[in-house]
Amino acid sequence: MVLPKSQLWLVVVLLVAGGVSAFSGRIDPYVLDVAMGVGIAITQASSLNLINGFTGQFSLGHAGFMAVGAYSSAMLTTTLGPKLGVSTAVLQWVLFPASLLLGGLVAALAGLAVGAPSLRLKGDYLAIVTLGFGEIIKVILQNVDAVGGARGLVGIPDYTNLFWTFSVAAVTVYVVWGLLNSTYGRGFLAVADDEVAAEAMGLNTTRYKITAFVVGSFFAGVAGGLYAHLKGYLNPGGFDFNKSIEIVVMVILGGMGRHVGVIIAAIVLVVLNETLRSFGEYRMILYSLLLIVLMLTRPQGLFTWTRRKPSAA
Amino acid sequence: MLEVKQLKVNYGAITALHDVSLRVEKGAIVTLIGGNGAGKTTTLRAISGMLKPKSGQILYEGRDITGVPAHKLVGQGIAHSPEGRMVFANLTVRENLQMGAYLQRDKAVIAREEEFVFATFPRLKEREQQLAGTLSGGEQQMLAIGRALMSQPKCLLLDEPSLGIAPLLVKLIFEKIVELNRTRGLTILLVEQNANLALEISSYGYVLETGRVLLADDAAKLRADPKVRDAYLGG
Repeated sequence: MVLPKSQLWLVVVLLVAGGVSAFSGRIDPYVLDVAMGVGIAITQASSLNLINGFTGQFSLGHAGFMAVGAYSSAMLTTTLGPKLGVSTAVLQWVLFPASLLLGGLVAALAGLAVGAPSLRLKGDYLAIVTLGFGEIIKVILQNVDAVGGARGLVGIPDYTNLFWTFSVAAVTVYVVWGLLNSTYGRGFLAVADDEVAAEAMGLNTTRYKITAFVVGSFFAGVAGGLYAHLKGYLNPGGFDFNKSIEIVVMVILGGMGRHVGVIIAAIVLVVLNETLRSFGEYRMILYSLLLIVLMLTRPQGLFTWTRRKPSAA
Repeated sequence: MLEVKQLKVNYGAITALHDVSLRVEKGAIVTLIGGNGAGKTTTLRAISGMLKPKSGQILYEGRDITGVPAHKLVGQGIAHSPEGRMVFANLTVRENLQMGAYLQRDKAVIAREEEFVFATFPRLKEREQQLAGTLSGGEQQMLAIGRALMSQPKCLLLDEPSLGIAPLLVKLIFEKIVELNRTRGLTILLVEQNANLALEISSYGYVLETGRVLLADDAAKLRADPKVRDAYLGG
């Protein structure tokens, strides 16, 4: 498997992220920004992979859950932060993670609210419901003045750093991987393979789908919190349908239900998006063309050499 | 063991089952035959809780199980081997079997049942680590039955075990069905297009047509019935 000693890996990633983060002052700010974008993308893609890849559902609303998390987390740090009267370091290392957690929880709650009624639906229907959810969130955010409305939410402190982005990414991958490699987790794969048969085996398929959806939404929300405190500014338009599609593309390109493939795809797409910047207005045309070519030549996903190893137990 | 009374099932506005009543005695093999769209699969799905009946009653060991969802019935001893096999293509043979024992927590019991399935279908043992999607149709059917056995059922609902399988394997699978019935005392409700074969191994049979029970009799008598011979046994 990909992570033979998964806990060890998790610790290593956390330590390296912390170590590199301590020297982030010496890194070029642009590279730093892209690197943090990569970390957030890995979190988004891995969490969506649990829903779309492993459990075989099709959510098109991941940006919506990200928005819920981003706004919840930013509202906490911007309103509560200044009133506490403690040092920035305390805010960054205590209040910020708490706000990320809050963002994740609110997003998970939203996931439960959307998922519980709609996961009885299958395939395309779920895609449409989640698509609608994403749009509703965007419109609500645009019209609520308390969060800045269409002007956006400004003045969010820049607490996000390399440590937080890659720690969250590592934890997300760890949780998704751990969830799927448990006896309980094989149920997700069974639901994806054949829902009727899974039901006949005594699995509560609806509960599995909701679990995947809620866990996926949680991490989307945390990613949103990171994004908010990276950009310092939130605009409802940034969480539109295109954003959701971007994450779906990462999952498809990485090979639905592949851990490493999806991580690589997240990295490649973020970096690709940046390298194409020099092409100016032709960027999106080139980006789309590349995606079409990739899909035509590798429809099963770019990175599919890591076949899931059958468990011996 | 199993009794279905005046079962009615709708798919949206369409009524699939109008009025189906049947009985399955403990330790028997009972078969449902009938043409396409007669309601055979629907009857099995309603019994195993995958469909909610509109009206009627399903009794299992004297308890009313009408409308109890599938995932709760498996623990009570009803296993359903669905039509078209529906194995988990991306899991290995072994993992498929383990999914069948999903509700079983005792590892020793799981190991014992696995032994039993492998002894019944040695072919599955040879393919243990292979992905189920790469098996032949007959092997997948063996796996589907084996997987259903893993939950240690008292009553097995078997939907179209011969569908799309090489004749030689059909014969083998039917022999195993009889063997399971004899040695384990497994009660079996069988749905089958191959009516001749199904009636041969059953003690009792029901003929379904457009959601109603047309005929019900001893399997031997059904096989001799000229009407049944004409319509379902190929003259």
